[in-house]
Amino acid sequence: MSFIEYGDTIKDGDTAIVFLGHESMFPVKVQHGTVTQTKYGVIRHSMDLIGKKYGSKVTCSKGGWVFILHPTPELWTMNLPHRTQILYSTDISIITMMLELKPGSIVCESGTGSGSLSHALIRTVAPTGHLYTVEFHQQRAEKAREEFREHGVEHLVTVTNQDVCKNGFGVSDIADAVFLDIPSPWEAIGHAKAALKAEGGRICSFSPCIEQVQRTCLAMEEYGFTEINTLEILLRVYNVRTISLQIPDLGKAAEDNSSTGFDSSNPSNQGSPCTNLQQGTVQFKSSVPQREMVGHTGYLTFATKSLF
Amino acid sequence: MAVMAAMAAGPGPRICEGECAVLKRGDVFKAVAVLRRRKIIFEKQWFYLDNAIGHVYGTTFEVTSGGNLQPRREVEETTTDTKEAGTDNRNIVDDGKSQKLTHDDIKALKDKGIKGQEIVQQLIENSTTFRDKTEFAQDKYIKKKKKKYEAVITIVKPSTRILSTMYYAREPGKINHLRYDTLAQMLTLGNIRAGNKMIVMETCAGLVLGAVMERMGGYGSIIQMYPGGGPVRAATSCFGFPKHFFNNLHEFPLSKVDSLLSGTFSTEMLPSEIEDNALVEEESNGLTDEKQGSIQETEEESITATAMEINQTEEQETMDINAEDVEFKDNKEKDNKENVREKQRKQWERRKKLIEAAALLREKNADGLIVASKFHPTPLLLSLLEFVAPSRPFVVYCQYKEPLLECYTKLRERGGVINLKLSETWLRNYQVLPDRSHPKLTMSGGGGYLLSGITVVLDKGKSDSSSLEALKMEEPSSKRCKVQDLQC
Repeated sequence: MSFIEYGDTIKDGDTAIVFLGHESMFPVKVQHGTVTQTKYGVIRHSMDLIGKKYGSKVTCSKGGWVFILHPTPELWTMNLPHRTQILYSTDISIITMMLELKPGSIVCESGTGSGSLSHALIRTVAPTGHLYTVEFHQQRAEKAREEFREHGVEHLVTVTNQDVCKNGFGVSDIADAVFLDIPSPWEAIGHAKAALKAEGGRICSFSPCIEQVQRTCLAMEEYGFTEINTLEILLRVYNVRTISLQIPDLGKAAEDNSSTGFDSSNPSNQGSPCTNLQQGTVQFKSSVPQREMVGHTGYLTFATKSLF
Repeated sequence: MAVMAAMAAGPGPRICEGECAVLKRGDVFKAVAVLRRRKIIFEKQWFYLDNAIGHVYGTTFEVTSGGNLQPRREVEETTTDTKEAGTDNRNIVDDGKSQKLTHDDIKALKDKGIKGQEIVQQLIENSTTFRDKTEFAQDKYIKKKKKKYEAVITIVKPSTRILSTMYYAREPGKINHLRYDTLAQMLTLGNIRAGNKMIVMETCAGLVLGAVMERMGGYGSIIQMYPGGGPVRAATSCFGFPKHFFNNLHEFPLSKVDSLLSGTFSTEMLPSEIEDNALVEEESNGLTDEKQGSIQETEEESITATAMEINQTEEQETMDINAEDVEFKDNKEKDNKENVREKQRKQWERRKKLIEAAALLREKNADGLIVASKFHPTPLLLSLLEFVAPSRPFVVYCQYKEPLLECYTKLRERGGVINLKLSETWLRNYQVLPDRSHPKLTMSGGGGYLLSGITVVLDKGKSDSSSLEALKMEEPSSKRCKVQDLQC
């Protein structure tokens, strides 16, 4: 396996995802001789994992079972250990498209943080591109390097431990795109411009607060960026449920045999909802929104560096 | 010489004849084929692209009186001489009489060849209320006039970002109202990347296919499933991919899927007559005719067809493909005998490709499935998932939610899928200006829905365990509903 290429069977040293049920999963480092505890029992790596096909069902010692999944940057984002607040796939998706990233692209990123976006960027620019990522926190930079190594992508990424606002990305005139997720992005706009290719490129800045966005847009304008555009994107998830609604008892008129209004015994009322005559209910399939949703992550500001 | 001057302009890819380029003015995009002596209409202006050839992408041009493009030099800001401004609009009466220049006056200025910038300056000077406006209102006024009178066009290189935005704004019907951020989600959720073996089923004029191809960078392979006689790839040709990207692009007819799954597939009953006119589809506006059928593979022609397709919204008449535009390799002057042999060779080629595609599908080890079509998604998913390996993502787009509800239910019944998620994205654009930042006035009401999931090894023939599995995979709900979930 690798984060940039699919493999069929689980191997020693792989990072695999253990899926227990809805929204319940965790990553595991596959290693000969080790075991992993789950609420369904023990998973023995040598017996239950190594050599098995990805996507297989594995029965644990207590009888319950799980699925073992091939890692992807999206699954990693949902399961990685947080060292900082991370970017989720919804934002990552629009960033990737709006920065026009593809195999061979050279991208600069700061800050690396927990590596959520980094993994996604590496996946997109592989096999011929490169990610230059800058992180000013020494331990986080080191942890990121370690993870990239473990995940077999170290040849596609360079982690630099410095302050991007003071010292830039460590490269110049080579990037197709730059991404900023730092407290004061306006201080790094100049460095971003220097890192981008002379022929032009794209930039994106992610900021939770509108004040940061205002300063960043001003800086982008001052440095000659064009097509400056700010947006936000939110994900709405629906749960698919079969809903049963009771039909109210409106009583019966003295003379009439038929009741007015909604008649649950009338076949024309049936169609897709199924009426339950015994209980006086109507059933139907519905897409029910979640009780709470993410209302804000950050504002995304995109712009173009052009020659003119 | 014009080309020499262009060479001096700098590094980067250049606008080439025969390619597809995108014209941009503000937020408006239009894809066109770069051809000499071809009149283009864009944003109420007529011009030729000849002078743009050789310049780098990203160059901004002005349209001269002769309909020629001229690169635009650095522009000085339109300065208001007086910093005079009002505080609010309590005394400003909108009686339509504040501008002293008449329609004719402005037209006269335009005819004299006066630059847009100068016209805007004139408008400001001849506006009685300008100095009473607040600074913000003045700013807004200038921006509005600039937009109208400073007709500059930028020529940009096509990309998924640009083409998906363009299609959504200009021809959403052609792409089933797939909004560009929804497409972005699909590409990421589907883990589209170099080296994958993807199955794509779309009726979005080839836009989704193009987006997938861009993210795969020519590595890996794609099998495009198509309804009817052949796949529509009008939008795909706009991307300008190098030829080798198409080496591992296969296609397979939906009408043969059942036979492939049941093991009765044969190449006997090929709709070969229809295949002669590969690009024939309801969407192609009937631009291609019988005779042109055999040369549809040429890049230039499909680009012209694309430009036509998109030009249609501005030009009412249906344009014929101009024979001089297309470089025929063989067929035009051949005699009948050779024509027949050519046809037979092509048919043999197609048959060979079909067998190759069938073999690829039969391996049942695709790395993912992307569906974005006008058809009901359920039958597509249930059959095409058979060709996908376990532990791989799939994403289905539908303009409407209800078919995806049914799809979800059927997938739960089938088993072999986990992490099913029905979602949509909410997108909002902002105006960011000092002291004037707020969301923009209008936003898209909807961009379609996605159903995504991951395949797992299918436990066939164990109906008890699959319903238990379904229960475990289901999102937690109130205990009372659980029994009903299984029944309906």
